[in-house]
Amino acid sequence: MKRAAILWRVASVLVAGSFIAAWQLVADLRLVSPVFLPGPDRAWAALVRGFSSGDLAGKLIGTLEHMAYGWFAASIAGIGLGALIGSSKMMRAYVAPSLEFLRPLPVSAIIPVAIAMLGLTQGMALFVIAFGAIWPIMLATIHGFAAVEPRLYEVARSLQMSRAAIIAKIALPSALPDILAGMRLSLTVALILSVVCEILAGLDGLGHWVLLSARAFRSADLFAGVILLGATGYLTSIAVSLVEQRLLAWQAAAR
Amino acid sequence: MSLDRTKPLLLPLALTLTFELWARLTQLQSDSLAPPSAIFAALAAALADLSIPIATRDTLFATFAGLAIGSAIGLALGIAFGVSRPLDRLMEVTIEAIRPIPSIALLPIALIALGFGYRMEIVIVAFACVWPMLIMTRSAVRSIEPRLMEVSRALRLSAPQRIAKVVIPAALPRIFVAFRLSAGIALIVAVTVEIAINPIGLGAGIMLAQQALRADLMLAYLVWIGAIGYALNILLIAAQRRLFGRAALAGDNP
Repeated sequence: MKRAAILWRVASVLVAGSFIAAWQLVADLRLVSPVFLPGPDRAWAALVRGFSSGDLAGKLIGTLEHMAYGWFAASIAGIGLGALIGSSKMMRAYVAPSLEFLRPLPVSAIIPVAIAMLGLTQGMALFVIAFGAIWPIMLATIHGFAAVEPRLYEVARSLQMSRAAIIAKIALPSALPDILAGMRLSLTVALILSVVCEILAGLDGLGHWVLLSARAFRSADLFAGVILLGATGYLTSIAVSLVEQRLLAWQAAAR
Repeated sequence: MSLDRTKPLLLPLALTLTFELWARLTQLQSDSLAPPSAIFAALAAALADLSIPIATRDTLFATFAGLAIGSAIGLALGIAFGVSRPLDRLMEVTIEAIRPIPSIALLPIALIALGFGYRMEIVIVAFACVWPMLIMTRSAVRSIEPRLMEVSRALRLSAPQRIAKVVIPAALPRIFVAFRLSAGIALIVAVTVEIAINPIGLGAGIMLAQQALRADLMLAYLVWIGAIGYALNILLIAAQRRLFGRAALAGDNP
């Protein structure tokens, strides 16, 4: 059984490899102008060149920083506000509908407002990223808090636990799966908004790099940047999944 | 019971009134804020001079065109992967390599290949819509009651017949949920592309208002974009209820 899985994996890698070979062939035969489509060899060379000159690494770190700061701020604020709203019936009745109303709002529409308030600055980018990333986390937290088994609250009441203790000992652990799912979702939002803010405000990062490469028609550099962005999205999401598995191990065991 | 219906409205109303009062009392002069009355006046004016309706048409056109293309691709791939386990396993690495690329990172590629305008926006929206559709369709097809598949085998349906007569009808409620989520994503991506670079539609309108330091108009666009997003969502939820009843909502909030 295990061997079959490995074999499928190998076959799957081979399929992906053949797609890359096809890409190389298309580029070599110049079916698409090399201005738009560099071969994987040229994209890889641009990637290596970018890293050895240190240029690309700096941009990558820039994007990761924007993403991480915005996401952490959003996580803390989102869980805090979500806990506050979710743990009180009154807040849920008055505040939650407004939040649900705001949810389908395309978050990027807040960018012009943020630019008007804060200018084309690092602070603007952080505000926008945090503002965008807070929604999935906050709504997931509210949902998680609202879905706590009511009997647990009854137990807490008969034990005369304080509200803080109820939140820390009962509500948060029980809402944790929802919260982590929300955090993983908002990670993607944070990456997208980082790229948009870098494009708009010219902040140091991969978004700015891909835009400049496109303007100068350096397609190999452009593809190198896009590949890095894909890798960033993939690796950060895997990292959060690993943390998720770790933190939720007790739950899997309980089932 | 009537209090329950008014409760959700109290907070936005109170905030709007407080803001209006505060703006009046302090004689607000700002490039980034405007009193609600001015925002609604600007919204009414922009609706009347057709600038917002035209921008809305542009944005919605790109949104729906991209949504149609992207969800058709996602649906086809999702059904293929859901029906054929070997195909799914073979394509796994390829899909997992492409999927995490943030849609907006394709913007510069689309820009040099297609230039400004509808086409590049539609391509990016389509790319963004493929993935939720693919993944949710695949899991919907896979969770079809196995007995249905046994019946279709017993009836000796050919593969296309099986897909048309069994797979799609059985998976349709969950596919529609995927479509609804994709529609939301499509609108978000379209507006984002317009804000970042493409000089058409609502996103370009709000950027222009900001650059002209028209805070009232900018916030009017913001309110309008929010209303469009909300209306789209409500519309699709209503359609879902209508088409599939409560069965569809079971697949929601997984």
